[in-house]
Amino acid sequence: MTAEMTLPPTNTRTIDWAALREDFPILHQRVHGRPLLYLDNAATTQKPRAVLDALCGYYERDNANVHRGVHELSNRATAAYEGARERAARFLNARRSEEIIFTRGTTEGINLVANTWGAKHLQSGDVILLTEMEHHSNIVPWQLLAGRTGARLAFLPITGDEGLLDLSRLDEWLTTDVKLLAFTHISNTLGTINPAAQLCSQARQRGIVTLVDAAQSAGHRPLDVQAIGCDFLALSGHKMCGPTGSGVLYGRIERLADMPPWHGGGDMIESVDYHHSTWKQPPHKFEAGTPNIAGAIALAAAMDYLDAVGRDKIAQHDEELGAYAFERLTALKGLRLLGPRLGRAGVVSFMLGDIHAHDVVTFADQAGIALRGGHHCNQPLMKKLGLESTSRASFYLYNTTDEIDRLTETLREIQKYFTTASAPSA
Amino acid sequence: MFDNLNDLYQQVILDHSKAPRNFGELPGADHFAEGRNPLCGDQVSVAVKMQGDVIEDIRFKGSGCAIAKASASVMTTALKGKTLNEARTLFEKFHELVLTGQAAPCAQLGKLSVFGGVHRYPARVKCAILAWHAALAAMAGDQKKVSTE
Repeated sequence: MTAEMTLPPTNTRTIDWAALREDFPILHQRVHGRPLLYLDNAATTQKPRAVLDALCGYYERDNANVHRGVHELSNRATAAYEGARERAARFLNARRSEEIIFTRGTTEGINLVANTWGAKHLQSGDVILLTEMEHHSNIVPWQLLAGRTGARLAFLPITGDEGLLDLSRLDEWLTTDVKLLAFTHISNTLGTINPAAQLCSQARQRGIVTLVDAAQSAGHRPLDVQAIGCDFLALSGHKMCGPTGSGVLYGRIERLADMPPWHGGGDMIESVDYHHSTWKQPPHKFEAGTPNIAGAIALAAAMDYLDAVGRDKIAQHDEELGAYAFERLTALKGLRLLGPRLGRAGVVSFMLGDIHAHDVVTFADQAGIALRGGHHCNQPLMKKLGLESTSRASFYLYNTTDEIDRLTETLREIQKYFTTASAPSA
Repeated sequence: MFDNLNDLYQQVILDHSKAPRNFGELPGADHFAEGRNPLCGDQVSVAVKMQGDVIEDIRFKGSGCAIAKASASVMTTALKGKTLNEARTLFEKFHELVLTGQAAPCAQLGKLSVFGGVHRYPARVKCAILAWHAALAAMAGDQKKVSTE
């Protein structure tokens, strides 16, 4: 087991997960006359009151631009924004806060690496190694880079429906041409938890730079970039109780120091004349223009919230819900569930017999249940599995096993509807 | 629990989605197009055999939700024997129906009127018109890909 996958409880207190729902105002509503059951957390999570208060509080008290003014509000905004950077560094156990770049989310973080580190260091013949389970956001930026540099993409294979990486032949894939290994920590479709530290360790032994897509893991389990040993790690604030448009790219300081800037503009420069400019040091070199100040501050509040609950506890809860959903849903006749049986994250993608995912999701919605139906930004994976789309339920800390029972019963009702209503007409 | 959905998933729609008419290859077809819904990855391809400007035969292939499949199936039964202009006019009326729930007087939609419930589910309008876009693109050209976006 890898460092970030072992989850020793930091204490023995038990958590009343249902009571945590009180912290999330949005959950207390009815949809189509039934209590909302929100199971689309892999797309985006809901926000606790503490995060909403941080967002509002910033605009009500402290709003000003950062790194510019000498007036009181600007000082407060700057202190809060840079404080959020330090908070994010602690959250990820980065060596120093200069390794934290604020982004709009995981997609922007990956694009930043592709356009800076990638543009400088990759050339024709080099290989960018991904996996077959990547989200479009960890494929398309590399395709664009490959088109510009002549590098090519390769994909670590997965083992069918079970959706595990075939690591027995990892050494064979890590050839001397491979310059970058970029992979998702947790698959947003399969629920697979990849052994990030093992992958990074083997790549690093061969001098291969590593990037971890932590969009699905950052809000769900402890993350330690030093234990994982990655060069880059990207996450999205909105998938971990934070606001949309907030995110973090972690970069090992030696890497950041050796990267050209990406976006040019205010705040990233040291000096500018008409024909030439010089840059600030990282991380400011990579944050051109006025950043999402409120978003970063509220993201720090989300990190406080998650740590107050306990990320090791959240990870246990997540895996318990994933395992429970696996047991309950696979008991339904004709249901095909993707991903591993054991050690899975709290996300389940499935086909309900031959009922199309959009029909399943429309019916679930009528029952007050928010599911996702479609390809989940995983079209290549879907094609490999011979699928066009699946229905997906993804859980978070405010979900309970009772809710999975309700989901199961609803899916049974949907099956009944399509079975009994299918007598041929004229 | 799902009584509200009975106007969307009418019996005719469920029937056509389970047993689609004019489904499969069309030997001798001379017009083709593929429709894609990027939202869900669904795709439908339509093949048409024209006799002058009359649709002599039409078939479809592909995958989709009950609404998309039934719409493609009912469409093929409605278009067979129509001229290109009649097909365009019919689509305009059908499009108005799935967007608003209202059909123009004398619209003569026939079985197409079972899609009158779609307008209350905005996310599903694209499902209902995917095959129509593909069919009209096929008749307008030879080899085309169309998207609902």
